[in-house]
Amino acid sequence: MSNSQALKKSVLWDWLTTVDHKKIGIMYLVAGAFFFVLGGLEAMIIRAQLMFPELNIVSAQAFNELITMHGTTMIFLAAMPLLFGFMNFIVPLQIGARDVAFPFLNSLGFWLFLFGGILLNLSWFFGGAPDAGWTAYVPLSSAEYAGTGLDYYVLGLQISGAGTLIGGINFLVTIITMRAPGMTMMKMPLFTWSSFVSSALILFAFPALTVGLFLLMFERLFGANYFIVEAGGNVVIWQHLFWIFGHPEVYILILPAFGIFSEVLSTFSKKRLFGYSAMVFATLIIGFLGFMVWAHHMFTVGMGPVANAIFAVATMAIAVPTGIKIFNWLFTLWGGRIKFTTANLFALGFIPSFVLGGVTGVMLATSAANYQFHDTYFVVAHFHYVIIGGVVFGLFAGTFYWWPKIFGYMLNETLGKWFFWLFFIGFHLTFFVQHFLGLMGMPRRVASYLDGQGLNDLNFISTIGAFFMAVAFVILLVNIFVARNDKAVADPWDGRTLEWATPTPVPEYNFAQTPVARELDALWYEKMQGNKKLPVAEPLGEIHMPNGSILPIIMSLGLFIASFGFIYATYWVSVIGLGLTLGCMVVRSVKEDHGYHIPVEEIKQDKEVG
Amino acid sequence: MEPKLNTNQPQVNLSKKEKIKLEREMRHQIITFVVMIFFTALAFMSVASDLIPASFAVPFILILAVIQVILQLYYFMHLKDKDHEWPNAFMLSGIVIIIPMVAALMLLLGVVKY
Amino acid sequence: MGHAQHNTDTLPPNPEKATLEGRNKFLAFWFFLGGETVLFASLFGTYLGLRNGTAGGPTAAEIFDLFLVFIMTTILLTSSLTSVFAMLAMKKGNFKQMLVWMWVTVGLGVAFLGLEIYEFYVYVGYGLTFTTSAFGSAFYTLVGFHGAHVAFGIGWIVTLLIRYRKSGLTLTNAPKFYLASLYWHFIDVVWVFIFTVVYLMGIGG
Repeated sequence: MSNSQALKKSVLWDWLTTVDHKKIGIMYLVAGAFFFVLGGLEAMIIRAQLMFPELNIVSAQAFNELITMHGTTMIFLAAMPLLFGFMNFIVPLQIGARDVAFPFLNSLGFWLFLFGGILLNLSWFFGGAPDAGWTAYVPLSSAEYAGTGLDYYVLGLQISGAGTLIGGINFLVTIITMRAPGMTMMKMPLFTWSSFVSSALILFAFPALTVGLFLLMFERLFGANYFIVEAGGNVVIWQHLFWIFGHPEVYILILPAFGIFSEVLSTFSKKRLFGYSAMVFATLIIGFLGFMVWAHHMFTVGMGPVANAIFAVATMAIAVPTGIKIFNWLFTLWGGRIKFTTANLFALGFIPSFVLGGVTGVMLATSAANYQFHDTYFVVAHFHYVIIGGVVFGLFAGTFYWWPKIFGYMLNETLGKWFFWLFFIGFHLTFFVQHFLGLMGMPRRVASYLDGQGLNDLNFISTIGAFFMAVAFVILLVNIFVARNDKAVADPWDGRTLEWATPTPVPEYNFAQTPVARELDALWYEKMQGNKKLPVAEPLGEIHMPNGSILPIIMSLGLFIASFGFIYATYWVSVIGLGLTLGCMVVRSVKEDHGYHIPVEEIKQDKEVG
Repeated sequence: MEPKLNTNQPQVNLSKKEKIKLEREMRHQIITFVVMIFFTALAFMSVASDLIPASFAVPFILILAVIQVILQLYYFMHLKDKDHEWPNAFMLSGIVIIIPMVAALMLLLGVVKY
Repeated sequence: MGHAQHNTDTLPPNPEKATLEGRNKFLAFWFFLGGETVLFASLFGTYLGLRNGTAGGPTAAEIFDLFLVFIMTTILLTSSLTSVFAMLAMKKGNFKQMLVWMWVTVGLGVAFLGLEIYEFYVYVGYGLTFTTSAFGSAFYTLVGFHGAHVAFGIGWIVTLLIRYRKSGLTLTNAPKFYLASLYWHFIDVVWVFIFTVVYLMGIGG
């Protein structure tokens, strides 16, 4: 805390009202980690149930709820927020900015996500969690077949989705207008680039989910007929809307992870990223193609051979830019002075794991063969290979890489390597065998299987692998605890990008003077030029900062309250909740808040201490 | 920091050139408006009258709608102006993305539709 | 970002994007409209997929009142023009004129919304309700979403007009009015397609 005004506030109030991108980033990381643990526990119960044939650890109904909540939690409440956490903390630092473009909206985005996530998970305590799979296909999710849990799903995702959309727009504008002088688009670090493309995907994908969820909500709560066949409806509409959102969503997840790997591999090979511009264009192409392939999730619904063929070819085309990326990473490593830190191990482990996931992706894209793979464990194996082998490895690499900058201390490398190897081995044990389970015909989302079908051994191995991953994760938590006194320096990895030019802990205003970026890998360039410091664009002066605000949390709370009104059809509650939210919007619009200035003396003081 | 003025006098000092530019823009906007109203009436009549077959009327009114939307976006909303590169990029991306979307929702609804 | 030539008592020629904050808002709002494009496209797609799913209830051709919708369209197009006038007045620095044109825009918006409610009332009278058929649900959802946008726009602009009724034009409120006018145009863009795809094609195709 560097300014006298903030010192007066209590710590809790400070965090509740903060609009500082770094604090919001940390809150995203903490909340995301909480949901990650929750989703992980759900996964452990699922694997325990499937360890032996015909087990009855949980009922079939509870199993359905577990698989639904595992998928939904991991995608919406764990992977996305964790990536948002890194994006929030790192992107403004990487582009040499003092904050994001809309600090207030940034905070609103976080609180919407958190309240949406809490709402969704409260379903466990009020009549059972949603049970129609994370895709919530109708008619399984219709009022006829699903209970209140699905209402929690619809409204929880609606609220957290709004938060994500707000966050996405915020990042887009931040990256466009807030870059340090000299940093052109083609000199941006790759993590910033991939965050940019990912945010664009959020912008165009989430409205489709918004509409899908509204339709499902109107049908469940107000008796609309979009998906009811006897009233002229059509169930495939939901599938289209869901996957028009859902397919870009997986690219929203993987692209920032690609960005993290690019940073990590280049830093720990001591080389500039190979083929930077090819990497940027590959990212853009993946982003674009991500919108043209959604129907490959629906090959078996009967769209006809022409449509299937078109979507099959478009899907396979994505392998090309992805292949470009894989080769560029390999060439970045080639001839580099590679350091096998934990962060780099995750990046190195990612390459073969993700390639495996990519290959099964092309197999699944073959629409004729897809009829055989559809809804079997082959699909489960495929998407866990890309999501764990890609996104989760990326998150762990990012955790070890940026931990010193974010939390001010170094994670223990020995424990880190134990963590990596146990997790890596556990991951492949769990999911590699599931390919074969799928080919043998084991269907996904079924609560058990019979003895004597040749499925016993592989399921047993898979569950053992899951235990490995759980133990590995516990080691990470231990690491976070035991390493807490190992204070980090500002630039522990001999970094290349601007975030490593800030002092640790990062002051509220990030950069006392806005830096000038003269090259790609701006910090590395100055290091190579023999400059101890970055060139700056302005003299030391007072810094304008936005004021904190409690409104975001009240606005999110308003929607949270309104949701209960909708779920239990007590509409006066909804009116109160929505009124609260709209009222806050009016207050925000009417009250001009010009922020405050940090005086020069304080910045100078910080500089001496730091 | 904030220039605050009394409301009665113009607050923006415009050069003669800028004034002429604004006058011209005014004319363009009015022409745009007249064209849009005309197109709307044309579309209305081509459907309302029984003389024009639907096979012609439907594509015709769709084209009119597209032209109107382009006018609205580029003139009324100033997408044609400079300093609108990013808005253009994102609006065009959005439009490219929605084409297969709408087509799929319309056509790829399974073999048995109703 | 600032234009160099302005001193303390005049504003630069494009006050809506003269500050970094204004420019940020301008970009963010355009991007938001890009997202809204997808939102309405999803609704249009849903409507087009379900428009023949009348399940024995009233069909589009049976009930739509083209003349009423034509009047509504004209009103909304005119309101688009008045908000253009408002923005031109802003660029000329004539804040009072801008407020007047904005109020006219709001008035036309209210008239449009009133007619839309009346129109729904008539259709319900013909037996097409939200729950009658998939066609009914999809129709009311698409047109209702648009109506909700109009209502929100009216509330937004009125809030701004009251808040800044005597403040004069500033670098803080210029972007706000500019965004509100962009939003209003976008509502009109969507309506042009609703008019064509829902009403005209409902009757003629």
